[in-house]
Amino acid sequence: MQDALFYILAFLTLVFGFLVIANPFSRNPVTSAMFLVLAIVALAGLFVLLHAFFLAAVQVLVYAGAVMVLFVFVIMLLDLKEEERRKIKVLGIVGGLVSVGAILAIFLSSLLNAPLGAVEAPVLDGSTVRLGKLLFTEYLLPFEIVSVLLLVAMVGVVLLSKKDLK
Amino acid sequence: MTVGLEHYLVVSALLFALGLIGVIVRRNLLIIYMSLELMLNAANLALVAFSRFTNSLDGQVFVFFTITVAAAEVAVGLALIVALYRKRQTTHVEDLTTMKL
Repeated sequence: MQDALFYILAFLTLVFGFLVIANPFSRNPVTSAMFLVLAIVALAGLFVLLHAFFLAAVQVLVYAGAVMVLFVFVIMLLDLKEEERRKIKVLGIVGGLVSVGAILAIFLSSLLNAPLGAVEAPVLDGSTVRLGKLLFTEYLLPFEIVSVLLLVAMVGVVLLSKKDLK
Repeated sequence: MTVGLEHYLVVSALLFALGLIGVIVRRNLLIIYMSLELMLNAANLALVAFSRFTNSLDGQVFVFFTITVAAAEVAVGLALIVALYRKRQTTHVEDLTTMKL
């Protein structure tokens, strides 16, 4: 049952991810954004299969909720015309695909040679409680620094969005 | 065959490659940005899978921080794109060549 769910969700994630970057039916950025939402939701399903329930919720709330709303808002704000077809640089695309393929080959070959073994997944119980405890004891300093980072980002965005940017 | 760590890592690698292809091949700034999000999510999946199969929650804490930083990064990046669009009326990377020699 869980294995079937994994294959379904992994397939959906990859298909939606592909449709984000190369949709054969539309070149509109809004379509890409919608498929990115679907890919993120499928990824949240994979997180549930990995027993990371809290992160699955955060993924849907923060990514599919907040971040993608921001994306769609900016796309609509910019009011982009349908992107006109430009002449595609074949050399660039071929070079890009070859280099990505090479990186992927390195990934997969190192994965094949890794001594992972067929370990049975151990049972994590009450993972949200443990995650919270870990976050507020061992990782307290990074947690506070992240809050400062969010403040800095907010100030920066307000400054960048001013009408007369110096 | 039961699903193990390597299955998740393969999915993560494929998703990362998809995002990288998007960054390299597409010429629209917004879509390049979405591909970046895809790559971050692939890294998150690998971290969560490692955390599950090594029975330690540190990976999940890292993913928590990654999501926070990614949210901040998206906010700043989109503000930059909006500021750029106000000046140049374009989001096409080939029109933005001021820094090219």
